[in-house]
Amino acid sequence: MVEALIGGAIIGLAVSLMLLFNGRVTGISGIVSGALSITKSDFSWRFLFILGLITGGVILRFIHPESFQSLSQNMSYYDYALAGFLVGFGTVLGSGCTSGHGVCGISRLSVRSIIATMVFITFGVISVLIFKAVKGEI
Amino acid sequence: MKSLIAFIVGLVFALGLGISGMTQTHVVKGFLDLFGSWNMNLVGVMAGAIAIHSVTFYFIKKRNSPLLDNKFYLPTAKNIDKRLLLGAAIFGLGWGWAGICPGPGIVSLASGQLRFVVFIASMLVGMLVFKFVESKLKK
Repeated sequence: MVEALIGGAIIGLAVSLMLLFNGRVTGISGIVSGALSITKSDFSWRFLFILGLITGGVILRFIHPESFQSLSQNMSYYDYALAGFLVGFGTVLGSGCTSGHGVCGISRLSVRSIIATMVFITFGVISVLIFKAVKGEI
Repeated sequence: MKSLIAFIVGLVFALGLGISGMTQTHVVKGFLDLFGSWNMNLVGVMAGAIAIHSVTFYFIKKRNSPLLDNKFYLPTAKNIDKRLLLGAAIFGLGWGWAGICPGPGIVSLASGQLRFVVFIASMLVGMLVFKFVESKLKK
Protein backbone atom coordinates (compact mmCIF):
# COMPACT_ATOMS: atom_id res chain seq x y z
CA MET A 1 0.00 0.00 0.00
CA VAL A 2 2.93 2.37 0.73
CA GLU A 3 4.34 1.67 -2.75
CA ALA A 4 0.89 2.38 -4.22
CA LEU A 5 0.73 5.77 -2.49
CA ILE A 6 4.31 6.69 -3.46
CA GLY A 7 3.75 5.59 -7.07
CA GLY A 8 0.49 7.54 -7.13
CA ALA A 9 2.24 10.65 -5.82
CA ILE A 10 4.88 10.30 -8.57
CA ILE A 11 2.06 10.13 -11.13
CA GLY A 12 0.52 13.24 -9.55
CA LEU A 13 3.89 14.99 -9.89
CA ALA A 14 4.22 13.96 -13.55
CA VAL A 15 0.79 15.28 -14.56
CA SER A 16 1.51 18.50 -12.62
CA LEU A 17 4.70 19.08 -14.63
CA MET A 18 2.73 18.63 -17.87
CA LEU A 19 0.18 21.23 -16.76
CA LEU A 20 2.77 23.70 -15.41
CA PHE A 21 5.07 23.62 -18.44
CA ASN A 22 2.87 22.66 -21.40
CA GLY A 23 -0.56 23.62 -20.09
CA ARG A 24 -2.00 20.22 -20.97
CA VAL A 25 -3.93 17.43 -19.32
CA THR A 26 -2.00 14.13 -19.21
CA GLY A 27 -4.72 11.92 -20.66
CA ILE A 28 -2.93 8.98 -22.18
CA SER A 29 -5.72 7.79 -24.48
CA GLY A 30 -6.20 11.35 -25.72
CA ILE A 31 -2.48 11.87 -26.35
CA VAL A 32 -2.25 8.57 -28.26
CA SER A 33 -5.45 9.01 -30.30
CA GLY A 34 -4.37 12.58 -31.13
CA ALA A 35 -1.08 11.24 -32.47
CA LEU A 36 -3.07 8.96 -34.82
CA SER A 37 -4.66 11.92 -36.61
CA ILE A 38 -2.49 12.92 -39.55
CA THR A 39 -3.83 16.47 -39.49
CA LYS A 40 -2.59 17.23 -35.99
CA SER A 41 0.36 19.60 -36.06
CA ASP A 42 1.44 18.71 -32.52
CA PHE A 43 2.58 15.18 -33.31
CA SER A 44 6.11 15.56 -31.93
CA TRP A 45 5.31 16.14 -28.23
CA ARG A 46 2.73 13.34 -28.32
CA PHE A 47 5.25 10.97 -29.85
CA LEU A 48 7.94 11.94 -27.33
CA PHE A 49 5.51 11.47 -24.44
CA ILE A 50 4.84 7.91 -25.65
CA LEU A 51 8.58 7.36 -26.09
CA GLY A 52 9.05 8.61 -22.50
CA LEU A 53 6.52 6.04 -21.24
CA ILE A 54 8.36 3.21 -23.00
CA THR A 55 11.76 4.50 -21.81
CA GLY A 56 10.35 4.52 -18.27
CA GLY A 57 9.31 0.91 -18.87
CA VAL A 58 12.87 0.01 -19.86
CA ILE A 59 14.19 1.61 -16.64
CA LEU A 60 11.57 -0.34 -14.63
CA ARG A 61 12.99 -3.59 -16.01
CA PHE A 62 16.19 -2.80 -14.09
CA ILE A 63 14.96 -1.06 -10.92
CA HIS A 64 11.57 -2.80 -10.46
CA PRO A 65 11.66 -6.07 -12.45
CA GLU A 66 8.45 -7.42 -10.89
CA SER A 67 6.55 -4.71 -12.81
CA PHE A 68 5.91 -6.99 -15.77
CA GLN A 69 5.47 -10.37 -14.13
CA SER A 70 2.45 -12.28 -15.32
CA LEU A 71 0.21 -13.83 -12.70
CA SER A 72 -3.01 -13.49 -14.71
CA GLN A 73 -4.35 -16.91 -15.59
CA ASN A 74 -6.67 -17.92 -18.37
CA MET A 75 -5.68 -15.15 -20.76
CA SER A 76 -5.18 -15.93 -24.45
CA TYR A 77 -3.99 -13.51 -27.14
CA TYR A 78 -7.63 -13.29 -28.27
CA ASP A 79 -8.51 -11.95 -24.83
CA TYR A 80 -5.81 -9.28 -25.06
CA ALA A 81 -6.98 -8.36 -28.57
CA LEU A 82 -10.62 -8.09 -27.47
CA ALA A 83 -9.73 -6.03 -24.39
CA GLY A 84 -7.41 -3.74 -26.36
CA PHE A 85 -10.07 -3.05 -28.99
CA LEU A 86 -12.71 -2.19 -26.35
CA VAL A 87 -10.23 0.08 -24.51
CA GLY A 88 -9.29 1.92 -27.72
CA PHE A 89 -12.86 2.32 -28.96
CA GLY A 90 -14.29 3.22 -25.54
CA THR A 91 -11.65 5.77 -24.54
CA VAL A 92 -12.03 7.81 -27.74
CA LEU A 93 -15.85 7.66 -27.54
CA GLY A 94 -15.79 8.59 -23.83
CA SER A 95 -12.98 11.16 -24.18
CA GLY A 96 -10.62 9.65 -21.63
CA CYS A 97 -9.22 6.83 -19.56
CA THR A 98 -7.87 6.27 -16.06
CA SER A 99 -5.30 9.08 -16.38
CA GLY A 100 -7.39 11.76 -18.10
CA HIS A 101 -10.67 11.21 -16.26
CA GLY A 102 -9.48 9.32 -13.19
CA VAL A 103 -6.46 11.38 -12.14
CA CYS A 104 -6.52 14.73 -13.97
CA GLY A 105 -10.30 15.13 -14.20
CA ILE A 106 -11.05 14.24 -10.59
CA SER A 107 -8.25 16.57 -9.43
CA ARG A 108 -9.98 19.39 -11.35
CA LEU A 109 -13.31 18.33 -9.77
CA SER A 110 -14.77 17.82 -13.26
CA VAL A 111 -18.25 16.31 -12.88
CA ARG A 112 -17.93 14.61 -16.28
CA SER A 113 -14.71 12.89 -15.19
CA ILE A 114 -16.06 11.87 -11.78
CA ILE A 115 -19.08 10.24 -13.46
CA ALA A 116 -16.94 8.64 -16.20
CA THR A 117 -14.62 7.18 -13.53
CA MET A 118 -17.55 5.72 -11.58
CA VAL A 119 -18.94 4.22 -14.81
CA PHE A 120 -15.68 2.61 -15.97
CA ILE A 121 -14.91 1.19 -12.53
CA THR A 122 -18.47 -0.23 -12.34
CA PHE A 123 -18.14 -1.82 -15.78
CA GLY A 124 -14.63 -3.03 -14.91
CA VAL A 125 -16.14 -4.85 -11.93
CA ILE A 126 -18.88 -6.28 -14.17
CA SER A 127 -16.24 -7.37 -16.70
CA VAL A 128 -14.27 -9.25 -14.02
CA LEU A 129 -17.50 -10.90 -12.84
CA ILE A 130 -18.21 -12.07 -16.41
CA PHE A 131 -14.58 -13.16 -16.82
CA LYS A 132 -14.75 -15.29 -13.67
CA ALA A 133 -18.12 -16.76 -14.68
CA VAL A 134 -16.73 -17.79 -18.08
CA LYS A 135 -13.17 -18.75 -17.18
CA GLY A 136 -13.02 -19.43 -13.47
CA GLU A 137 -10.13 -17.50 -11.92
CA ILE A 138 -8.83 -14.03 -12.81
CA MET B 1 11.34 22.16 -25.39
CA LYS B 2 7.68 21.16 -24.99
CA SER B 3 8.54 17.79 -26.49
CA LEU B 4 11.38 17.36 -24.01
CA ILE B 5 8.99 18.08 -21.13
CA ALA B 6 6.51 15.58 -22.62
CA PHE B 7 9.28 12.96 -22.74
CA ILE B 8 10.22 13.59 -19.09
CA VAL B 9 6.56 13.52 -18.00
CA GLY B 10 6.07 10.21 -19.83
CA LEU B 11 9.16 8.74 -18.20
CA VAL B 12 8.23 9.87 -14.67
CA PHE B 13 4.62 8.74 -15.19
CA ALA B 14 5.86 5.29 -16.23
CA LEU B 15 8.02 4.98 -13.10
CA GLY B 16 5.00 5.93 -10.98
CA LEU B 17 2.87 3.27 -12.68
CA GLY B 18 5.54 0.61 -12.20
CA ILE B 19 6.32 1.42 -8.56
CA SER B 20 2.62 1.55 -7.67
CA GLY B 21 1.95 -1.90 -9.16
CA MET B 22 -0.37 -0.66 -11.91
CA THR B 23 1.62 -2.42 -14.65
CA GLN B 24 0.79 -5.76 -13.00
CA THR B 25 -2.46 -6.96 -14.50
CA HIS B 26 -3.37 -9.12 -11.49
CA VAL B 27 -3.18 -6.05 -9.21
CA VAL B 28 -5.61 -4.11 -11.40
CA LYS B 29 -7.93 -7.08 -11.89
CA GLY B 30 -7.69 -7.72 -8.17
CA PHE B 31 -9.04 -4.21 -7.53
CA LEU B 32 -11.95 -4.82 -9.90
CA ASP B 33 -12.57 -8.25 -8.30
CA LEU B 34 -14.74 -6.54 -5.72
CA PHE B 35 -16.60 -9.72 -4.80
CA GLY B 36 -13.45 -11.86 -4.67
CA SER B 37 -10.11 -11.27 -2.94
CA TRP B 38 -10.16 -7.49 -3.23
CA ASN B 39 -6.81 -5.73 -3.81
CA MET B 40 -7.14 -2.08 -2.77
CA ASN B 41 -3.80 -0.83 -4.15
CA LEU B 42 -5.52 1.09 -6.95
CA VAL B 43 -7.32 3.19 -4.33
CA GLY B 44 -3.91 4.15 -2.92
CA VAL B 45 -2.56 5.08 -6.37
CA MET B 46 -5.57 7.25 -7.16
CA ALA B 47 -5.47 8.84 -3.70
CA GLY B 48 -1.74 9.61 -3.98
CA ALA B 49 -2.04 11.07 -7.47
CA ILE B 50 -5.17 13.11 -6.75
CA ALA B 51 -3.81 14.38 -3.41
CA ILE B 52 -0.76 15.83 -5.18
CA HIS B 53 -2.46 17.04 -8.34
CA SER B 54 -5.51 18.66 -6.78
CA VAL B 55 -3.13 20.93 -4.81
CA THR B 56 -0.76 21.66 -7.70
CA PHE B 57 -3.72 22.22 -10.05
CA TYR B 58 -5.09 24.90 -7.71
CA PHE B 59 -1.79 26.81 -7.73
CA ILE B 60 -0.91 26.30 -11.40
CA LYS B 61 -4.34 27.57 -12.48
CA LYS B 62 -3.65 30.86 -10.70
CA ARG B 63 -1.17 31.59 -13.50
CA ASN B 64 -2.42 33.20 -16.70
CA SER B 65 -0.52 30.71 -18.85
CA PRO B 66 1.78 27.68 -18.55
CA LEU B 67 5.55 28.24 -18.61
CA LEU B 68 6.07 27.16 -22.24
CA ASP B 69 2.80 28.19 -23.94
CA ASN B 70 0.48 31.16 -24.03
CA LYS B 71 -2.61 29.30 -22.86
CA PHE B 72 -3.88 26.25 -21.00
CA TYR B 73 -5.51 23.44 -23.01
CA LEU B 74 -8.09 22.15 -20.55
CA PRO B 75 -11.21 20.20 -21.52
CA THR B 76 -14.22 22.50 -21.73
CA ALA B 77 -17.10 20.02 -22.18
CA LYS B 78 -19.53 19.99 -19.26
CA ASN B 79 -22.44 17.86 -20.45
CA ILE B 80 -23.02 14.31 -19.33
CA ASP B 81 -24.05 12.70 -22.61
CA LYS B 82 -24.51 9.24 -24.07
CA ARG B 83 -21.02 9.35 -25.63
CA LEU B 84 -19.36 9.83 -22.24
CA LEU B 85 -21.40 7.11 -20.52
CA LEU B 86 -21.26 4.55 -23.33
CA GLY B 87 -17.54 5.21 -23.94
CA ALA B 88 -16.69 4.83 -20.25
CA ALA B 89 -18.75 1.61 -20.08
CA ILE B 90 -17.02 0.06 -23.12
CA PHE B 91 -13.61 1.14 -21.79
CA GLY B 92 -14.45 -0.38 -18.39
CA LEU B 93 -15.35 -3.73 -19.96
CA GLY B 94 -12.03 -3.88 -21.83
CA TRP B 95 -10.06 -2.64 -18.81
CA GLY B 96 -11.55 -5.30 -16.55
CA TRP B 97 -11.12 -8.13 -19.05
CA ALA B 98 -7.32 -7.75 -19.28
CA GLY B 99 -6.48 -5.50 -16.31
CA ILE B 100 -4.72 -3.08 -18.64
CA CYS B 101 -5.51 0.55 -19.42
CA PRO B 102 -3.67 2.68 -22.01
CA GLY B 103 -0.82 3.96 -19.81
CA PRO B 104 0.33 0.65 -18.30
CA GLY B 105 -0.22 -1.01 -21.70
CA ILE B 106 2.26 1.30 -23.42
CA VAL B 107 4.78 1.18 -20.54
CA SER B 108 4.61 -2.64 -20.64
CA LEU B 109 5.67 -2.72 -24.30
CA ALA B 110 9.17 -2.33 -22.80
CA SER B 111 8.83 -5.83 -21.31
CA GLY B 112 8.99 -7.31 -24.81
CA GLN B 113 6.04 -9.60 -24.00
CA LEU B 114 3.82 -10.29 -26.99
CA ARG B 115 0.59 -9.97 -24.97
CA PHE B 116 1.17 -6.23 -24.57
CA VAL B 117 1.97 -5.77 -28.26
CA VAL B 118 -1.33 -7.51 -29.10
CA PHE B 119 -3.19 -5.33 -26.60
CA ILE B 120 -1.75 -2.00 -27.81
CA ALA B 121 -2.07 -2.88 -31.52
CA SER B 122 -5.74 -3.75 -30.91
CA MET B 123 -6.22 -0.55 -28.91
CA LEU B 124 -4.90 1.51 -31.83
CA VAL B 125 -7.24 -0.39 -34.17
CA GLY B 126 -10.16 0.33 -31.81
CA MET B 127 -9.31 4.05 -31.84
CA LEU B 128 -9.02 4.14 -35.63
CA VAL B 129 -12.26 2.17 -36.11
CA PHE B 130 -14.10 4.62 -33.87
CA LYS B 131 -12.70 7.61 -35.76
CA PHE B 132 -13.67 5.99 -39.07
CA VAL B 133 -17.23 5.21 -37.90
CA GLU B 134 -17.61 8.72 -36.51
CA SER B 135 -16.42 10.35 -39.73
CA LYS B 136 -18.95 8.27 -41.73
CA LEU B 137 -21.79 9.20 -39.36
CA LYS B 138 -21.02 12.89 -39.67
CA LYS B 139 -21.40 12.84 -43.45
